[in-house]
Order: sequence, then C-alpha cells, then structure tokens
Amino acid sequence: MHRRNFVKKAVLSSMASAIGIDIVFGTTMPDGYLPLALQDPDPFEMFKKDKQMVVLNDKPWNMEAQAHLLDDKITPNKYMFIRNNGLIPEAIDVSKWTLTIDGESVGQPKTYTLSELKSKFKQHTYQLTLECGGNGRSEFDPPAKGNQWTIGAVSCANWTGIRLRDVLEDVGIKGDAVYIGYHAADIHLSRDPNKEPISRGAPMDKALQDETLLAFQMNGADIPLTHGYPLRLIAGGWPASVSGKWLQRISVRNKVHDGEKMTGTAYRVPCKPVAPGAKVPEEEMCIIESMPVKSLITYPKSGAMIAKGKKLNIRGHAWAGELEVTKMEYSIDFGSTWQRCRVEKPVNRLAWQHFSATVDFPQEGYYEVWGRATDSNGKSQPMLLPGWNPKGYLNNACHRIAVKVS
Amino acid sequence: MGDSKNKKEHLKFGSQRILIIVSAVFLIIGVIGIYFMADPNLSFFNSEKPDTEIVDVPKEEDDFDKIENGIHVRTGFVEAEGLMTVVNNCTNCHSAKLVIQNRMNKERWLAAIRWMQETQNLWDLGPNEDIIVNYLVTNYPPSKKGRRETLANVEWYELKD
Repeated sequence: MHRRNFVKKAVLSSMASAIGIDIVFGTTMPDGYLPLALQDPDPFEMFKKDKQMVVLNDKPWNMEAQAHLLDDKITPNKYMFIRNNGLIPEAIDVSKWTLTIDGESVGQPKTYTLSELKSKFKQHTYQLTLECGGNGRSEFDPPAKGNQWTIGAVSCANWTGIRLRDVLEDVGIKGDAVYIGYHAADIHLSRDPNKEPISRGAPMDKALQDETLLAFQMNGADIPLTHGYPLRLIAGGWPASVSGKWLQRISVRNKVHDGEKMTGTAYRVPCKPVAPGAKVPEEEMCIIESMPVKSLITYPKSGAMIAKGKKLNIRGHAWAGELEVTKMEYSIDFGSTWQRCRVEKPVNRLAWQHFSATVDFPQEGYYEVWGRATDSNGKSQPMLLPGWNPKGYLNNACHRIAVKVS
Repeated sequence: MGDSKNKKEHLKFGSQRILIIVSAVFLIIGVIGIYFMADPNLSFFNSEKPDTEIVDVPKEEDDFDKIENGIHVRTGFVEAEGLMTVVNNCTNCHSAKLVIQNRMNKERWLAAIRWMQETQNLWDLGPNEDIIVNYLVTNYPPSKKGRRETLANVEWYELKD
C-alpha cells in the first residue's frame, strides 16, 4: 500500500509538471484497490463486536469473549468469538454463489445456487453450541502453540438453514461414503491461491444428523461476514472448525477427508494418554470428534464483593458435545463439598443448557465458586487440567469465579 | 507575387498551428495515459466515493518503526537483538500477535518454523534462523504454570442486586 501510494504520488507529480499546475486533491485520491472495509483498524466496529471482547490475533482474525459476556441464553453476534484460519473472502457476490457436491462417493457432482438451496429444501432452526477445539489452550503446561484461548471461544446461537442430509440425498451418495470434507472461499495467509487455509469435515454419521445444517442465517439475520456469510456448514457439539465458513463445495469422500488441518497434529489429540511435553508421532494422534463436558459461570462476573449474610445467585451454561448434561454442581470450598445447581433441559439436541443456584457463604472471606458439569455418560469436568496434548486441545477444566464476602 | 508570398506565410502559419495541435493532442493523450496507470479505476473522478479516505503517507512513514517503552509500536514486539529480522520474516503472513501470545523453548520454536516452511510457504531463513530463534527464546520463553494457576488480575467490584 505504501509503495502503491508512492507510485501514485510520483505519477501525479509528473502529471502536475506536464500540466503545469498542482493537482489539488491528488493526495486524497481514494484508493480503490483494497476493500476499504477490511482496512478499518477498529475490529469491534468492523465485526460489530462488544469492546470487552479480547483480540488474540488480527491476521488472521481471532477474538474471544469473557465468561460474563456469555450470559445470554442465545449468544448474540457481539459476544460471539471469531476463529479464522485464513483471510476473509474479499468480494462476495451472493447472486453468483454456488455450492457444489462432489467427491469419490457421489454418483454425479451437482451444483446449486444459493436461491435453489433456500427454495428447494425445507428449512430448520436449531440452537447449536460451537466451541473451538483449542478453547482453554492458554492453561496448558508446557504451553501449546497457537492462539492462547482462555475460556471465551464458545457460543450458542440460533442457526437457520437446510439439512446437509437432504442435499446429499438429492445428489445421491454411494454406499462407500466415509466422510465429508468442505472447501471454502477464504484466502490462505500467504495469498497462495493453490492453498486452502482450512478444509475439514466429519464422518457420514455426523454429516447425516438432523442438526447438521447448511446455514444461511444466524439469530434470524444473514450470517455476519466473519462468521461465514453467505453459507456455513454447522456441526454443533464438535470442534467449531468442522463448521466450515464461506462454504463453496462439499466433497463426499470414500476415505477420511485429508484436507488442510485434517492431517498431522491439527485438531488431533494423542490416541493414548501421554506425559506433559511428550513427543507424539503423527500416527498416534487421533481426530477430535465430540467435544467434552464443560460449563461456564456467566453471572456474576468474577471479582464480586458482597455483604456478609447476603445470598449470591449464580448462573451459567453447561454443554457436553454430542451428549447431554445430566448434573451441574458448584463448590465454594475448592471441591471438598459440592452442591447441586438447577439445570434446564436443552432447547434442542446440541444446545447448551442453563443452570442456576443460590449460594450461601458461611463467613467473611475470600471464596472461589467452582462449577462442575457431568454428562449423560457420567463423566465430569476435572478441577485440574485434563490430559496434556501437544496442540493444547480439549481443556474442559472447571471454571471458577472469585468472590469476597465482607 | 504578393499573393504567393501571402499564401506561403499562410502555409507556414498553418503548419505551425498543426504542429501545435498535434503536440497538444499527444500531450493530452499522454497525460490521460499516465493517469490511467496511476488510477485504473478512475476513482479520482468517482464522486460517490467519500472524500474522507485520506491516506496520510508521510506521517505514517515517520513513525513506521517507532519504539516506545521498549516495544516496537507497529508490531508489539519487545525491542531486543534481532527485532527487525523477526519483524521482516515473521509478520508477512500472520500478525505479530500470534507470536507474542506463544511461549516456547528453542526446540519447539524451531518446530514451528519447520511446520511453516513445510506447509505454509515460509521461505528458507538461512543465517536469519538463528537470530530469530534466539530472539524468540530470549524474549518469549515458556513459564511454569503447573496443573492449575491461581486466579490472577481479579477486578474487584461491589455487586449490587
């Protein structure tokens, strides 16, 4: 951009000397080369995010919420984390946007326009939990490489779209189909057009679930640009990287999809537990599927000071990947004793569940309120960090807030 | 005779005028051509674009590599030996923010570089590799966190009902 402006200035001054007068507004000539919206230095304005959101990375854009920002039952855009692997597509023409279904396991590839998808197939709305596989990475020791998410890379919005299953049935899938893999319009950080920033997917079982959508709306409006406008695959309960943004193509594969960030160590954990800091050969790393049981105390914000004798109402959300949360507890004595919280049923499968409780403190002092969810298989959140893994995924350790009673 | 002299004069003036017109036409074509090179979209004449998109180049260039309180302002990197080598090699594709939030030892910073070279189009760093790795290990080393850290930086506030 600097070089470009320099060329522009140099040419303008030679134009000026040729004409014999100065071009008065030459230096304010608008630069039509880069999309102006993407030059905006204020990401909160650009992505319509609350100022309390935390920017982890600006190339590519990665931004997370804080626990108290996630208090809404349905996460609004302003509090939804951003996890981009590449650069946001630059010129989206919705009238020309198409989705192609291809791959070894389709009879004949088929291409749909966006309006065909919207009119031809029945639309469904589900509230779906999307959590980044690396949420909580910042706590691992030794530290793991990547964006250092704390607790805020999770959301549960309403997504409206059509079932992937309906479209795959319309195309016709062969019996040897194993996996679907998505391809999208985002741009590799190196701007190499032959590279995809990310191309992940899911096994056929997940692809064919009722709640696996090709979504074009989030919370009743067009999906925001940074969240995948105009078309996004949504696979709730799995690492959010399965929910590919800016969707252009889905390949139905006769083997496990081998796209970018499906192989190597990306979105994989050791198949067998390893010691912290261990070197794990790639063939001993397994793909993450359902996310583990987890919860967040979203009210009050950590740091609350209350008067002695006052009760404290706490609330938050709990989720368990493909499963349901069957029990939610809190502790104010670092896990010596646990009390039950009220926990609601999910509005639909794969939506987070809301919990609440009223806490009594026995005397003045410093407290931490810890929350612990248990899933329908009887697995609970650990109070310590779960098993170390090289890329720092799946930290579902209990969330806690600090409280002072005086 | 006088007639023929007048005619000659007339021709002379005529050819001069043609020369001037032709030169002027070439000059105009040249100016338009140069303008097209600078601004192929003719954005200067497009009044729909707001005039407020002012790109103030000289001011930016003055502050381009400014250091404030030991921090390279443009990237956020710590000012230390190897800073500009890191800036020039490590912020072309991704933001400096991705580097700064990570803490690794020499072996793992090197592994990250190898991964970027194998899969992300990072070039051979040559003798700069040692400079970069030394800078990273010195300024962004791992810290011990244990199995669970104490809650830090709690912002205390009075909770009203």
